[in-house]
Amino acid sequence: MTDPATDVVGFGRALRDAGIGVGLDQLASFATALPLIAIADRREVYCAARTTLVTRREDLVVFDEVFARWFGGDEPASSPRKMPHAPRHDRGFVATSLGAYMAERAAASDPEALIPEAAKAASALERLQSKDFAACSDAERDAIARALATLELSVTRRRSLRRVTARRGRELDLAQAVRQAARRDGTVLVLPRRARKWKRRPLVVLADISGSMELYTRLVLQFLHALSRQHPTEVFVFGTRLTRITPQLALRDLDAALARAAAEIVDYAGGTRIGACLHAFGRRHAGRVVRRGAVVLVISDGLDTGAPEALAREIRSLQGRCYRLVWLNPLLGGAGYQPIAGGMAAALPYVDDFLPVRDLRSLEALAHHLAAIPRRRGARSGGKLS
Amino acid sequence: MSFDLSSPEALRRGLSGHGYIVDDALAMSVYLALRMQRPLFVEGAPGVGKTMLARVLADALGVELVRLQCHEGLDLAQAAYEWNYPRQLLELQARGGDAASLYREDMLLRRPLLQAIDASRTQAPVLLIDEIDRADEEFESFLLELLAEFQITIPELGTIRAIKRPIVIVTSNRTRDVHDALKRRCLYHWIDYPTAATELAIVRARVPQLADRLAAQVVAFVQRVRREDLAKVPGIAESVDWAEAIALLDLPALAAPAVKATLGLLFKYHDDLDRIRASLEPLLAEAV
Repeated sequence: MTDPATDVVGFGRALRDAGIGVGLDQLASFATALPLIAIADRREVYCAARTTLVTRREDLVVFDEVFARWFGGDEPASSPRKMPHAPRHDRGFVATSLGAYMAERAAASDPEALIPEAAKAASALERLQSKDFAACSDAERDAIARALATLELSVTRRRSLRRVTARRGRELDLAQAVRQAARRDGTVLVLPRRARKWKRRPLVVLADISGSMELYTRLVLQFLHALSRQHPTEVFVFGTRLTRITPQLALRDLDAALARAAAEIVDYAGGTRIGACLHAFGRRHAGRVVRRGAVVLVISDGLDTGAPEALAREIRSLQGRCYRLVWLNPLLGGAGYQPIAGGMAAALPYVDDFLPVRDLRSLEALAHHLAAIPRRRGARSGGKLS
Repeated sequence: MSFDLSSPEALRRGLSGHGYIVDDALAMSVYLALRMQRPLFVEGAPGVGKTMLARVLADALGVELVRLQCHEGLDLAQAAYEWNYPRQLLELQARGGDAASLYREDMLLRRPLLQAIDASRTQAPVLLIDEIDRADEEFESFLLELLAEFQITIPELGTIRAIKRPIVIVTSNRTRDVHDALKRRCLYHWIDYPTAATELAIVRARVPQLADRLAAQVVAFVQRVRREDLAKVPGIAESVDWAEAIALLDLPALAAPAVKATLGLLFKYHDDLDRIRASLEPLLAEAV
C-alpha cells in the first residue's frame, strides 16, 4: 500500500471528489513542498497541503475533513482553537455539511430545462400582458418564462476610474500623441484625448421566497437570468433566514436552486423576517457585493413579522450603501392596496423606486426602468409611488 | 544579516524576533513561499496584519520593500511602466521622426512592478501588491504573467525578466472574489483573527510598556467583543492601538470609565460604539 503522505495524486483525487477544484499545477506544488518539510509531522503536512492546494476560504472546512479522512487519526487536523471565533466568521460555512456541499458542487452539470418555443407564444403573450402571475396556469407561466428569456435587458452605467481613448475627454492621451507624431516626422497635428470608461453597474437582488412570494421571485429571477450571464449580478433569497444563491444560478437551472434554498431557509410557520434577513445581509455580505455604485433590487410584499423600526433601519443603511434601491412589490397596483401599514410603510421613505411586479407588463416596465436610472446621482426620490 | 530559513519553526522564531507573531500555519505558508520561490496570496479581514507581514519580512531579510497599493482603475502606466512621452515628443521634434528608436530603456519610467524585477538589483526585494481586491479585473489578468514567470513583456521593447526572483506578497481584504487563475499561481493563506494566546503575544511584543495584567485584560476584552454582532470587528491593528492608549493612561486595572473613554480606538462605526457602550459593564465583567 502506498504511503498516504506521498500519494499526492490520490489525495488530489479525493479533494476533487469532494468538490475542491485542485489543478495539476497545484498538486505539483504540493509535491515540491514535501521534501522541504518534516514529512512525519502530520501538522506540517497539513499546513503545507493547505497553502498549496486550497485557494478559497470556503473550501477550508471541506479540506479539513478530506485531509482527516485521508491521513487518518482521531485528532482534528485544523489548529486547536480555544477561543471561538467571531460568529459571523464561522457560522456561514460551519452550518454546511460536507454532504450538502459535495452535492452542490457535483450537480454543476445539470442540464438547463428551458426550451424556447417561439412560434405559438406570440399571440398567447398578448393576452398574458396584464394577467396577474398568481392567476396564470402552469402552461401560461411557462410561456411567460420563455418570453422573459428573450427580453433585452441592461442596467445603467457609471464612470469607472479606468481611462480609454476618447474623442472628447479631459486628459491628453500622450501615448497616442507620440505614436501619431512619429508617423508625421515629429509634428503633432491633433491632441488625442482620454476619458473615463463607462462600466455597467453591478446588480444585487434580495428576493423573498416565502409563501406566495416564491412565484414572483421565480419570474423576476428568470427575467434576470440572461442578464446575469454577462453582467455582475449577485442574488440572495430570504424567508426566515437569508442565503446566497449566486453560484447555484450560474451552474444550474433556477427551479432547482430555488427549491433547494426554500427547503433550507423557509420555515412556513415562522413567517418572513425581512428586517432580520437584511441585517444579516448587511453584516455578512454587503461589504463584498454592494460596491462600485451597485443597484439593489428588493423583491418582497413587505409583510414582515419583525418590528417596523428594525426594517426601516436596515433599509436606510442599505440605501446609504448603494446607488439606487428599487423595491418590487406584487401587492402594489392590486385592488385597494395602500402601503400604509407595518414594515412597508416604515421602509418606504428609504426606497428610491417603488414598483409593482404582477404581470408581464410590469416586468417590461422594470427592464425599461433599470436601463433608465440616471447615470449620475441626482436627487433620490424616496418612496415615490410609480 | 542572516535569517534562518531551515524550517517553518525557525522562520516563526525569526519573525517573532522582529515583533511579528505568527502561528504555525502562516509560518509554513511563508516558509514554503520563500523556499519554493512562489508568490503568497494572503486573504483576511482588515487589520489582521497582512501588510505588516510583508513589511516585517523585508525588514527581517534586510531587503527593500517595493509596495504597490491597488485601487480602482490602476493600470499598467501606474503599476509597471510608462514611456516618457514628453521626452519622446521632444526628441521626435529635435531630430525628426524615427519611431523605432524612441522606445529605448532610457525612455522607460519604471513603476513598482518593473522596479521589483529590475535586472540591475543585487538583492531581490519583497514586492507587496496590497489590497488587490480594490483593483479591477483587467489588472488581475495583467498580473498573471508577472506572478507565474516573474517577467513583464513590453511590446515595444521585449520581455524583462527578474534575475533574482522577488518575494511577492499579494493581500486581499476580500471585498470581492479575486479570480482563481491568479490565486492558483500563488500559495494561499487565510488569516483569521488570532487566538487569545497569539493575540496576547502580539500585544506584548508590540506594546512592551503595558503591564502584563493589563495586557491580558485588554486581549480578553477584545476577544470577547469580537463575538458581538458588529459592523466592523476590531482587528489586531485596533487592539494594538488600544493597548497603547491603555498603557498611556497608567491604570492599575481595566475599568469602565477608561474603557468608555477609549472605545473609539477599537470601534470605527457609530452603531458599534453605541452597542458596546450600552452593554459595557457586563462585557467587561465577563472579560476581566
